Amino acid sequence: MAFDSLAEFLAMGGHAPYVWSAWGVTALLLLAIVWHARAEQRQLLKGLKRRARRENRARRVANDA
Amino acid sequence: MWAFIHKLGSPKWFYTISAKLQPWFWAAAVLLLVVGSLWGLAFAPADYQQGNSFRIIYVHVPAAFLAQSIFIAMAVSGLVFMVWKIKVADMAAAVMAPLGAAMTFVALFSGAVWGVPTWGTWWMWDARLTSMLILLFLYLGVIALRGAFTSRDSASRAASVLAMVGVINIPIIKYSVDWWYTLHQPASFTLTSRPTMPTEMWLPLVIMVLGFYSFFIALTLMRTRSEILRREANKRWVQDLVNGQVVNVHAEEAR
Amino acid sequence: MHSSLHGASHSSSQASDATQQVLAVPLREHKGGLMIAVKATLVRDLTLLLRRRGEVLNPLVFFALVITLFPIAISPDPELLAVIAPGLLWVAALLAALLSLDSLFRSDYDDGSLEQLLLAPQPLAALSLAKVAVHWLLTGLPLALMAPILGIMLALPAGSYAVLALSLALGTASLSLIGAIGAALTVGLARGGVLLSLLVLPLYIPVLIFGAGAVQAAIFGDGVAAHLAILGALLAASLMLAPWAIAASLRISING
Repeated sequence: MAFDSLAEFLAMGGHAPYVWSAWGVTALLLLAIVWHARAEQRQLLKGLKRRARRENRARRVANDA
Repeated sequence: MWAFIHKLGSPKWFYTISAKLQPWFWAAAVLLLVVGSLWGLAFAPADYQQGNSFRIIYVHVPAAFLAQSIFIAMAVSGLVFMVWKIKVADMAAAVMAPLGAAMTFVALFSGAVWGVPTWGTWWMWDARLTSMLILLFLYLGVIALRGAFTSRDSASRAASVLAMVGVINIPIIKYSVDWWYTLHQPASFTLTSRPTMPTEMWLPLVIMVLGFYSFFIALTLMRTRSEILRREANKRWVQDLVNGQVVNVHAEEAR
Repeated sequence: MHSSLHGASHSSSQASDATQQVLAVPLREHKGGLMIAVKATLVRDLTLLLRRRGEVLNPLVFFALVITLFPIAISPDPELLAVIAPGLLWVAALLAALLSLDSLFRSDYDDGSLEQLLLAPQPLAALSLAKVAVHWLLTGLPLALMAPILGIMLALPAGSYAVLALSLALGTASLSLIGAIGAALTVGLARGGVLLSLLVLPLYIPVLIFGAGAVQAAIFGDGVAAHLAILGALLAASLMLAPWAIAASLRISING
């Protein structure tokens, strides 16, 4: 372990703002990218399901008539 | 052999195969990134010259590697699309571009932040950072061009041509910028000249690079699947897939 | 190609009434060789561009205008200007070339003659190379010849004028070739102008580095041959590769 205590680890030998800002932005960006990808997929599936349900209902109405 | 390539090309086949592959790559990415980060941040020894600010390398270098590899991957899938007309290749290329731009931004941002303690300024016309900045403009060009066309087919082909032209120019730009930088060599310590790193510094870097690459593959698989759903929405197999899920919803309503 | 086009439309217009007569006259077999098509394209484009002589001057006026902005914006002091002159001259010439790119295919695209070019039996890459050569002759070369005059205004040190003109002549040829790829990609788009510069400027950077480097080397008195050799190599590479990319891009834009 290169640091003796958690406090020292967070302080990063005085370079804390640089290390943590670089790592923070990278982590945030990666998480945002993953979240966007999952949201995109959810949106697409929801849209497809809604359309399919609408088409099923229209077909059923046509069959009954 | 050709049957295999065309089978690979069918979105339906790719959709099912990628469903199986995807979790493995996600697991690998998470594992590698967590281990690499802890190792690089907490356990790797500090650099004798730069102290702990050197730990930014564990984010800067993988992002820079990935930024360049994604552009090459994009150009190759563009070529595959143009030559064999495999639509999935173009979907993958379309999906890779934003991640490539994001990685280039990460490399630039972390490089600039790293420069503050080492050079004392945010931006320094260092050879690597300058080439990375130009790569970002190339990415933005490809993304903007793909978005500029109304018909998707010409958008895909235009973006593929530009990606191929771009990938030929990347080494030319890289060497001319390197040459230009050595001509105007400022005296200060350069980010690029890396003394041979001891193994306990080097190993976490390899793990982080592998982690970034598996993240790239996992994300590309996932977003290509979304792109397949978006483009093949009116195909029968997509409707069956969706109906498969919608029908049982109806069963509950009917009850 | 020019004459064959004319011949075809002539005979079809009389097809209805004098069909027998047309059959009797054997159709003249045109020598459809590549060089003839390239020469025809060159002649056609040169005449077209020289008809609108005003437009040929636009890049030159823009070049002079941009150069005069900098002493006003920065400082008229000759020592300072001499330091930044090579870079300024090269960047201004590069931007002038970039602005003139849009007219490369735009007028042909609007009146449909670009499609005729695509339908020509001769390889499109050769015909587009002819078009780019005309564009270079009427923008790149004049910029290169005009640069030394503007160099005087920027107190460019002596001894670098010849190298300035030579490096610009060599460099603008590659700029025209690379820029034509972007112009071909964006010719079909309504507002392609800004997008064109976003696509093409990153690819201009190697040419700019060695072009401006050549002039600076001339000022400091050390060897210029290396820079000009690399500019030549860049030109050779783009001469070989760009026409195919231009042809592919034109087909994409037209069929798009």
